[in-house]
Amino acid sequence: MEIGLNHYLVLSTILFAIGLVGVMRRKNLLMLFFATEILLNSVNISFAAISHYYGDLTGQMFAFFVIAIAASEVAVGLGLLIVWHKKHNNIDLDSMSTMRG
Amino acid sequence: MFEAVAFYLFAFLTISMFYIAVTTSQALYAISSLAAGMIFISAFFFILGADFLGAIQIVVYSGAVMALYAFGMMFFDTTRDVKEKHGNKVIVIGLSIISAVLIVLIVGAPIVGSNIEALYPITEGAGNTQEVGMVLFTKYLVPFEVAAVMLLVAMISGIVLAGKKMDLSLTLMNEQEILKMREEDKTKKVLS
Repeated sequence: MEIGLNHYLVLSTILFAIGLVGVMRRKNLLMLFFATEILLNSVNISFAAISHYYGDLTGQMFAFFVIAIAASEVAVGLGLLIVWHKKHNNIDLDSMSTMRG
Repeated sequence: MFEAVAFYLFAFLTISMFYIAVTTSQALYAISSLAAGMIFISAFFFILGADFLGAIQIVVYSGAVMALYAFGMMFFDTTRDVKEKHGNKVIVIGLSIISAVLIVLIVGAPIVGSNIEALYPITEGAGNTQEVGMVLFTKYLVPFEVAAVMLLVAMISGIVLAGKKMDLSLTLMNEQEILKMREEDKTKKVLS
């Protein structure tokens, strides 16, 4: 039983679906960030798998940049979340429906 | 055979961990299962021969990102249960699965359709880390530098956003001013 590229792509799809469900049903913003991490990681798996099965290093390079973007996203997002929590004392998504600061 | 067993084992573990992270109502369970899932994902990178990417995954995600989340969770009240949106669950799950399949089709169609060639083929007799270094510092040098600048911007913005009293400088104040400021802080109610 040989593990091919399609196995990895299907796994990546399942993980992406889980992350998408999380983005849709979470109301707490911290939990929303967790779901975003799942989305980015599922894409990384498919990048690494394509890189391996085509003998090309470009996929791994893109996975590195995705990891860098995820790290900076967490830094900025958590900073903004702390500012919001100091101001409004909650981090629910519904409290942000108005764009007033 | 070994590869298949490892793949299915880690696939099951990763999916169950991320499912817990998405569905649980406790923030602490969510962050723990997310960290476990990140480490299990690095196993796929090791199976695929991307050793350096797997090491980076462990260092960055379960080291840096999870520590940052754990630090951020200290600011928030995480003991109470997380409230959820109460929409139609069937519609939400169906839509997400359909959109995920669509994304895979969109991305996968050109790969299946044309026989692509390796742009930066794997060199013989070099380890994965060596190959990554050769490609990253020749062909992808400019994106690498841009990513470095982006991380710097993110670091500065994180400090500025989460820091307190960034408009004051302790080095430019004299002793009396600092003592007065500390007294004022004590009388003020501490936020969060």
